[in-house]
Amino acid sequence: MYDLIIIGAGPAGITASVYAARKRMNILVIAGDIGGQAAWSGDIENYTGYQFVTGPDLAAKFEEHMRRYRIEVKESEFAREVKRSGNIVTVKSDKGEYQARSAIIASGKRSRELNVPGEKEFKNKGLTYCATCDGPLFSGKDVAVIGGGNSALDAALQLINIASKVYIVNTAAGLTGDEVMQEKIRNAGNVSIFNKTSVTGIFGEKMVSSLEIASQGQSRRLAVQGIFVEIGLIPNSECASGVEKNERGEIKVNSRNETSVEGIFAAGDVTDVPEKQIIIAAGEGAKAALSAFRYLAQHNF
Amino acid sequence: MDKKIRIYSTPTCPYCIRAKQYLKDNNIAFEDIDVSSNEQAGEEMIEKSGQMGVPVLDIDGQIIVGFDKARIARILGLSG
Repeated sequence: MYDLIIIGAGPAGITASVYAARKRMNILVIAGDIGGQAAWSGDIENYTGYQFVTGPDLAAKFEEHMRRYRIEVKESEFAREVKRSGNIVTVKSDKGEYQARSAIIASGKRSRELNVPGEKEFKNKGLTYCATCDGPLFSGKDVAVIGGGNSALDAALQLINIASKVYIVNTAAGLTGDEVMQEKIRNAGNVSIFNKTSVTGIFGEKMVSSLEIASQGQSRRLAVQGIFVEIGLIPNSECASGVEKNERGEIKVNSRNETSVEGIFAAGDVTDVPEKQIIIAAGEGAKAALSAFRYLAQHNF
Repeated sequence: MDKKIRIYSTPTCPYCIRAKQYLKDNNIAFEDIDVSSNEQAGEEMIEKSGQMGVPVLDIDGQIIVGFDKARIARILGLSG
């Protein structure tokens, strides 16, 4: 029986683990990956103390900090269910079942999927959710970026220098990302934008060869070898089935990171806390660990 | 016997960085192939792995897609 199980090892989960370890709590961390979205970030210039750091470097520093304490970490393991009965929280994962007196859900967010035919089959076969990682493989090819917000424009800006042609497919009436980025996109000679347009299918043989789009009842195909999906994020909150969430699926927390279920806390991007930032997630993780510590001290389970 | 290891990677991909760091931490030599600056190597990677995501590890002909730490450890006989 653990004092605390922490689900997730992004900025929130790792910070919570460090705080909990320093309180000498007996903890277990269950995480699909280490670093979370921070590990996927490009350049970070707003994490205090680092005027400039890359996402992978900051994530490596976080991990190093966590490993300094003898914290038990189950990596590449995904929590499926977090439930409290009696005074015990049970966490079921894809690999096992664990019990603790408290839990912190810090499972973050993941890329939203298109949910169109062909998406699953062509994942990593021309379709990707990480322009930073896979963009360079599309040198001289024609590609499409799906989405019109900041992350879509960021992907498009990386790709205009790599790909031969970049299509932007966006359901809104216009791009919504920062004006600075929009201007760069407009000035690039190799970008075509399709507004009020949705993706209806992805086609190819072994690899992607075309994209079907539809606008006002009219369908057409774009010949592309690469598709970059950047249509936002959704919270990894499915495991917290008995906990109150908002309309976006984010776990509701109060200022002490308590959820609607006693003994279950939440922190970081998976929660309804406003502003999703690395530094905020880290701070929320610290708060959640201290709240869990206080909770255990008050209840003599 | 030492195994021949090649990593197909891009400089910006976090899991490529982690995979390389993992091998370095375990004192394992490998050949790093940057597919962003070597188109032919990119084609070779796609051919071998049947997909376009990085990293791809080639350990004596065994192809591993992504930083699958458990599998890499098993093939190389590392403790994890």
